[in-house]
Amino acid sequence: MSDVRTSAPGTPVAPPRRKVTLTVDGTETVAREGDTILSVCRSLGIDVPTLCYGDTLEPANACRLCMVEVEGARVLVPSCSREVEPDMNVTTDSARTRHARRMVLELLGSSVDLSTTPRVEAWMAEFGADPTRFGADVATVAQPAKVDNNLYVRDYAKCILCYQCVDACGEQFQNTFAISVAGRGFDARIAVEFDAALPDSACVYCGNCIAVCPTGALMPSTEFDMRADGTWDVSRQSETTTVCPYCGVGCNLTLHVQDNRIVKVTSPNDHSITSGNLCVKGRFGFTHVQ
Amino acid sequence: MDLRFPDLDPSPEELEALQSVLGPATPTEGWTREQGGPHRAAAVRHLLLPALHALVDRVGFVSEGGLTEICRRLDVPPAEAYGVATFYSMLPVDPVPLTTVYVCEDLACRRGGVPTGPAAEPGTRVVHAPCIGLCEQAPASLTVRSGPKPHHGIASMPPANGSVPQMGDPSLVLLRRIGTPPTLDSYLDNGGYVALRRALDIGPAAVIDEVTASRLVGRGGAAFPTGRKWAAVASQPAGPRFIVANADESEPGTFKDRVLLEGDPFALVESMTIAAFAVGAERGYLYLRDEYRSALGTLEAALASARSAGFLGTAVLGSPLAFDIEIVRGAGAYICGEETAIFNSIEGHRGEPRSKPPYPVEVGLFGRPTLVNNVETFVNVLPILEQGGNAFAGIGTGVSTGTKLFCLSGAVRNPGVYEVPFGGTLEELIERAGGLPDGRELQAVLLGGAAGSFVTPAQVNLPLTFEATRAAGVSLGSGVVMLFDDTDDLGDALRRISAFFRHESCGQCVPCRVGTVRQDELVTRLTLGRRRDGDEQLLRDVGQAMRDASICGLGQTAWNAIESAIDHLGVLQ
Repeated sequence: MSDVRTSAPGTPVAPPRRKVTLTVDGTETVAREGDTILSVCRSLGIDVPTLCYGDTLEPANACRLCMVEVEGARVLVPSCSREVEPDMNVTTDSARTRHARRMVLELLGSSVDLSTTPRVEAWMAEFGADPTRFGADVATVAQPAKVDNNLYVRDYAKCILCYQCVDACGEQFQNTFAISVAGRGFDARIAVEFDAALPDSACVYCGNCIAVCPTGALMPSTEFDMRADGTWDVSRQSETTTVCPYCGVGCNLTLHVQDNRIVKVTSPNDHSITSGNLCVKGRFGFTHVQ
Repeated sequence: MDLRFPDLDPSPEELEALQSVLGPATPTEGWTREQGGPHRAAAVRHLLLPALHALVDRVGFVSEGGLTEICRRLDVPPAEAYGVATFYSMLPVDPVPLTTVYVCEDLACRRGGVPTGPAAEPGTRVVHAPCIGLCEQAPASLTVRSGPKPHHGIASMPPANGSVPQMGDPSLVLLRRIGTPPTLDSYLDNGGYVALRRALDIGPAAVIDEVTASRLVGRGGAAFPTGRKWAAVASQPAGPRFIVANADESEPGTFKDRVLLEGDPFALVESMTIAAFAVGAERGYLYLRDEYRSALGTLEAALASARSAGFLGTAVLGSPLAFDIEIVRGAGAYICGEETAIFNSIEGHRGEPRSKPPYPVEVGLFGRPTLVNNVETFVNVLPILEQGGNAFAGIGTGVSTGTKLFCLSGAVRNPGVYEVPFGGTLEELIERAGGLPDGRELQAVLLGGAAGSFVTPAQVNLPLTFEATRAAGVSLGSGVVMLFDDTDDLGDALRRISAFFRHESCGQCVPCRVGTVRQDELVTRLTLGRRRDGDEQLLRDVGQAMRDASICGLGQTAWNAIESAIDHLGVLQ
């Protein structure tokens, strides 16, 4: 399992975990107690699509794209969060799983702007998803992007409500608790208290929500503006990983550079210190070098 | 980490209301290490929902100043508290008039056309609401008044005995005390606390044996064997355990629990006490939907008199058993009747269902083993202990044991709650309720509520048992039997059902959050003659995905009734 946090230096050695024998797509395999079906699939090279799953956070279990069939279960099972059990018989590719994945993609594609979601186009093709089947006059979450600060943009027309930004802002990483899911049902949305603007909230602009956002709903202003201008071009970007100079913690920074200008800063998810997280200085404090 | 709070204060009325729930503020309160920091915050988080209620009860809505004060007192991040408040339909976050009239627009109440409710008075807010559990009095509405004495400002609901046409019938078991005063003396005069005394005599293991022998299954809709659930909780490693009575009865067409709660409150108190004894719990929570204001008053009074007479507390009936019950008010969210969403709601979080496994018997309320049963399930334990589990199992068909409460509403002469032993047919039940009004013919019956299925007039010989309904591909659900006659517009009923699920989806998972919206759009198109090519297949595709891939029972059943209407009633032909 690629849980990077368990490999951090200084982490106590975990007690040994029992072996669990299970069958995935007809192949008998041995996993460890506590492993998820998804981690077993990935170790076997089986490509189960995920949207709301982030490898640095607890599974949110919300998008239901990673559903698999488990023999004996009445309904499909989320592979991202379900732990393996002895003698489990898992099928990752069946008519039922393909139907569920196709529909999740169609439901999301018909209500949310997925234009900056990686891999989604390929999945749409793979599962035969056609979001236009519902027609053009259906409910969507379309809305203007919220541009209320200089550092990052919240474009909730692209939000699939994966809960990852809330988890990263809250108890799983940042402990700032600036945002939450508000409302219910299709009206559910990511918001600060009383749907106020970000500068009136507890946000500290660490940008760790951007790091975990799977759809580009949260984006540094640099990237948002360049995309709006049509100048954002990943093929012309280089990535250089270095160490943040601001303090002594030693966070790794990956500088995304286009045309000799830093356009975005991230940190590797598998870096033992950051797990992909930074503070406002590391993530946004780069204008002085250019 | 210090939380950041807006620089806002509550009004004097709001402060007073909050102090009635949270007590006076202490100068050292806050997110500090000395006070236990996050641990203290976790220990008081369950006060969030009662505190939000206190604000709404007093001033009608959750103001920014009021919310901020709650957050300061309970160390809750304001964004999270806002997320909790906006999850519920009955906790407005914008200023509203002190009086709100909830006009039921659900299935039974809209048969004569969409209800308009009473003429809007100045200073009154009218809210069109999903089923408020008064289907036998359709069309129904509920008036809620905020102010200095909110509990006493509620428009009275008719007494429960008006809802039980069989009242006084000596064959009644669960409904036998309906019509007697809901006082402890009256309860004791009518066989009360016999079952608890027997339980204390035979011991916890024997109580579970009796419940298992009775073959009682859950009455909330899922029909899980009750004895097995109790045994699973009892067998957990030592430590605190909890009991939750699910009185969030919100399935459209269901009002049986309301009748029990209003008419025989001590039966629930006694049966919860027996359950606590059997599984080793010291604390029980009674999660009551907030529309049941009349039941709230009755239950509060019942708990108070049970405590003062020694039926609750540190030494129940002089035995070593310690047990008490706390009422938690819901706030307008059907999903909170889901067995894990109810835990999140009680704990002060958004009422979203949890992923299972782990199951509640292992990891439930506050992370502890928890027994959660429906009200009707609990009260069945009384006859089980009075008669013995085997005698109870002798009633009914052997597979479906005991008696069942059915909620008859819609096109029926005498709507109300009926109690019958398992085994009778749908037709017999309809006849017992006086049949259809003169000159009307049966068009369809909705069994089990919005999450249930329609059956046709040709199926009226269906025995109302778990096994027969399962074989017929339908479900008894929570006991809803709603009749539609030849004048009813089934297309309108389907649109209402799809609108209901769209309104009540919690929004956590994609298949349900978006699927219920697409289902609503498609049902509207299909039933209003705006069909496009492929719409019916699209609806089936959405329905199948909701059934297969939703997190909880809400999404998994949101397509049941609509599918049955299309397949069996030919609604779209």
